[in-house]
Amino acid sequence: QEIKVNQRRRQYCSLFQVNTERFESDSCGINHVEGGWPKDINPLDMEQTIRFRKKAEKDESYLNSIPQLGSVAEHCGRQNNAVDIYQEPFDGWEEVEESPEPPSAKTINIFRDPNEVKRTVTGLSWHPDGGRKLAAAYSCLDFQKASRDMSLDSYIWDVENPNRPELTLKPASPLVCLDYNPKDPHTLVGGSYNGQIVYWDTRRGSQPVELSSVEHSHRDPVYKIIWLQSKTGTDAFSASTDGQVLWWDVRRLSEPTERLVLDPTREGNLDRALGAISLEFEATMPTKFMVGTEQGLVVSCNRKAKTPTEKIVCTYDGHHGPVYALQRNPFFPKNFLTVGDWTARIWSEDIKESSIMCTKYQMSYLTDACWSPVRPSVFFTLKMDGMLDVWDILFKQSDPTLSLKVCDRALYSLRVQDNGRLVACGSQQGETTLLEICSELSTLQKNEKSLLAAVSDTDTVNLDFNQLHPK
Amino acid sequence: MLTRRIQGQKGVQGIIIVNSEGIPVKTTLDNSSTVQYAGLIHQLVMKARSTVRDIDPQNDLTFLRVRSKKNEIMIAPDKDYFLIVIQNPSD
Repeated sequence: QEIKVNQRRRQYCSLFQVNTERFESDSCGINHVEGGWPKDINPLDMEQTIRFRKKAEKDESYLNSIPQLGSVAEHCGRQNNAVDIYQEPFDGWEEVEESPEPPSAKTINIFRDPNEVKRTVTGLSWHPDGGRKLAAAYSCLDFQKASRDMSLDSYIWDVENPNRPELTLKPASPLVCLDYNPKDPHTLVGGSYNGQIVYWDTRRGSQPVELSSVEHSHRDPVYKIIWLQSKTGTDAFSASTDGQVLWWDVRRLSEPTERLVLDPTREGNLDRALGAISLEFEATMPTKFMVGTEQGLVVSCNRKAKTPTEKIVCTYDGHHGPVYALQRNPFFPKNFLTVGDWTARIWSEDIKESSIMCTKYQMSYLTDACWSPVRPSVFFTLKMDGMLDVWDILFKQSDPTLSLKVCDRALYSLRVQDNGRLVACGSQQGETTLLEICSELSTLQKNEKSLLAAVSDTDTVNLDFNQLHPK
Repeated sequence: MLTRRIQGQKGVQGIIIVNSEGIPVKTTLDNSSTVQYAGLIHQLVMKARSTVRDIDPQNDLTFLRVRSKKNEIMIAPDKDYFLIVIQNPSD
């Protein structure tokens, strides 16, 4: 369709014309051989130049300017004599602290379960040597929901390659938990859904090197397995909801080397035993360990006790539900972190009646937590709504310092790498998200340790954050 | 001499007075140094002055100090001349 255009063209003119005066500017350097001598003087003729100079010295403007310039220069010259002009500028200025940026974290990679039927990432373990690899245990903890064609495999991922796992681990029953041997990064130990303990050497491929015998394994899924500190580097212990904690030597998995029944009455009665769902071991305190139970109690144990009754030292009335995570603070091992129900709590092992700090009740169930390996006042928690919360208790106690929505599904397992910066979270849909935390939350702050010590070293049962602001 | 007082100051190594054309009218240094200083500093002063005036046309250069490892060159400019004083206070 054609649009008719008004063909008549009118010329628009302005009433006035304005234009600036032309000003031509030119950039040029001066070739200064002997000044801009006037045309009538030959610069090479000394007599002429001397005569010119003498005349210039008598010039009126000269006689007016020079005294003034002289006094200004003299003033500066005196200044130079008064101070040391050769000192280093800005010397001794304190390093200005950059104004803190808001805490943040960014997602680096997402590792997805390659199988059609997705399983939950129930366990994670960082490769001990630099964290370039991440082992993830996949299983379905929903009772009897596991379909027949569900894969049994777990994977070891190379952090840089989310497309394909680096190694597939093929247990006989899905792994619920696993742990890299801190002394030998080629070996891993895993706990399965059927209660068996499995041992791999990654140099020998996907098939396990050793399996514990079914008769002597746990009767329920193994929820946690941790390598111990030992001379041979072949010892580990595991915990299960069958009420037992078992010790193993991976060279001979046919039978556990030791057994503890979590009977709070200390009679070793399996019927009364509490189901273990988390385990804590700190290499700096090798004789002690703690168990988090389904019933919400935290049991503190002494491995070296002479009699079985003395093995269970005491209990802490932890949470309203299973204690999903349990870990001692790497800098202050007397304090430990637990999560269960809708809260995260910090405890002092000397105070059995209650926790010394408890977060607000969260909107969603907490599923895992761990301390930062580099900052004593920072810990991470995971929730069923897919949130990862980073708490800095010296900064803020009522809420997390940083809350991130990692995914839409529930998050189940969490592991922070030794550098404190890389965090891996596993979800219900088999996704493991790798995040990098900002440097502020992953670098030890000035006085952090002493501030935290001041806060916990009080007569009150609770952490006294008023100590941070002395009057 | 008008510059006697500055010359007498501690550490002063030399004085040069240059006119607006770049001709060294008065100097206490030898000829070749004088010519070198006059030429180079003239350009520097022009640049410094135009810098100050470009940023704020109502402003003007009043003094220029070039501090180096070995000495300080002080330049006092004005409309028709500029005065160069070379000083090493630790001398």
